[in-house]
Amino acid sequence: MTDDQTHRAIEAVWRIEAPKLVAALARLVRDVGLAEELAQDALVAALERWPHAGVPENPGAWLMATAKHRAVDLLRRGTRFARKHEELGRELVLQLETAVNEDDDPVGDDLLRLILIACHPVLSTDARVALTLRLLGGLTTEEIARAFLVPAATIAQRIVRAKRTLSEARVPFELPEGDALDARIASVLEVIYLVFNEGYTATAGEDWMRTALCEDALRLGRVFAELVPREPEAHGLVALMEIQASRMRARIGPSGEPVLLLDQDRTRWDRLLIRRGLAALARADALGGAYGPYMLQAAIVACHARARLPEQTDWVRIAALYDALGQLTPSPVVELNRAVAVTMAFGPAAGLAILDTLVDEPALAAYHLLPSVRGDVLVRLGRHDEARAEFERAAAMTKNARERTLLRARAVACAERA
Amino acid sequence: MRFMMIVKANPESEAGAMPEDAMLDAMGRYNEELTKAGVLLDLAGLQPSSKGVRVQFKGDKRSVIDGPFTESKELIAGYWLIQVKSKEEAVAWALRVPNPHGEGAETNIELRPLFELDDLAPSEAVERMRERLHKFDASRQK
Repeated sequence: MTDDQTHRAIEAVWRIEAPKLVAALARLVRDVGLAEELAQDALVAALERWPHAGVPENPGAWLMATAKHRAVDLLRRGTRFARKHEELGRELVLQLETAVNEDDDPVGDDLLRLILIACHPVLSTDARVALTLRLLGGLTTEEIARAFLVPAATIAQRIVRAKRTLSEARVPFELPEGDALDARIASVLEVIYLVFNEGYTATAGEDWMRTALCEDALRLGRVFAELVPREPEAHGLVALMEIQASRMRARIGPSGEPVLLLDQDRTRWDRLLIRRGLAALARADALGGAYGPYMLQAAIVACHARARLPEQTDWVRIAALYDALGQLTPSPVVELNRAVAVTMAFGPAAGLAILDTLVDEPALAAYHLLPSVRGDVLVRLGRHDEARAEFERAAAMTKNARERTLLRARAVACAERA
Repeated sequence: MRFMMIVKANPESEAGAMPEDAMLDAMGRYNEELTKAGVLLDLAGLQPSSKGVRVQFKGDKRSVIDGPFTESKELIAGYWLIQVKSKEEAVAWALRVPNPHGEGAETNIELRPLFELDDLAPSEAVERMRERLHKFDASRQK
């Protein structure tokens, strides 16, 4: 193996081990920032040693032992780190010394604690995302920066600040219970889905670093669902992401234009991801209880995934699911989607009735899809003149040039039929 | 990227020897590790080739040959399908597999990246193949 190959091999091992390593160290030293520094030190040691000594049989245990020894060293030598943690003092040394000799594999609870802390409400959303990708996703600062199209220094600073905030807030390492745990789980799900969407909306671009965020989010989602296996919404989110990811290749046309769901070539959908998504949804469903927002959204995308042809879509069920979603998380965008489903299920008149309640909605005032959908429904009702006006309005609102051309063409078609 | 980790057969697995309990436990723990790391997509173990059949194409003739087949090292005993960040990560996971034929036994695990349909140059034949695969999958889902 060349040095370069060895380094890549070590980095791969690192990606696998880093989250568990940081999680277990954070439990021992009770500080996420410090835990990560210790883990990094272990990585540096591995990069020095493994190229000539070879990768050890159990690399995870090696890294853990190295990091623990390093922590004990630092404490004994009365370094800055020791002074910083004076309050823990002897107790911590003792604990670490015992831990050095323990052959403990980090437990799942450590990882759960770490992900809950990375998504802690004392942190801004941006900080939660960066810290989660860094600590749990094994991404480097540079990778996160490239994915989010910001300078690496910004992300580095964001992570440093986040760790400091956690230290200063003295966020406890105990797992919260009851409602508090539910709220923290919700925060993790939100962060993971945000990462996914960041990658998903970027699929039109050719920057693979951004689209790789979808895979990072899926992996985090699967990891998290195994950490909280009794949590239906965690499986619901996995189902939602697996099924959405299954359409990735069909969402973009040959010249890079976005292709709408009903116009997509369904042969390009990834059947393996669909099967996995449907299985995750079934698992969530089997846990019983009412559907949460992620399960409802997963159930909606599952309706589309099950339809071999667009005309086989179960619109009645989708309309009912949007109805339930709107009651849980009321939003004009959900309502707009419900209007589309109701149009498909029960006809344009029923859909138009819902759309008309949205016309004065300030949140949709600049949203081109409202006039565009309304134009669609009016065409179905044969009201071409009104439809033309809606398409023109939509064309003036959209920022996408291709879409504008399309909408203008529809307006012209309406004018001819009016 | 997706990799198939293919476990090659050996004379014992081909003879239908069932793995020992300790091996089953170790394999169960390994599969759990893959699941918990979020990388496992699919897996299966295959029965020995004595239960299998081969259809051979030679010239314009097709013949059916019953197993077992002799070249056990080239046969497949099982596979995992994993999603990873790099070839190196796939290798790191393969290095952790408990030896499926028992520690000490000679075993080969082959790692192969999946060939996605998108990797093929677009052509009408590829489009037709997609369409057929799609129909097949859709009928299987019902």
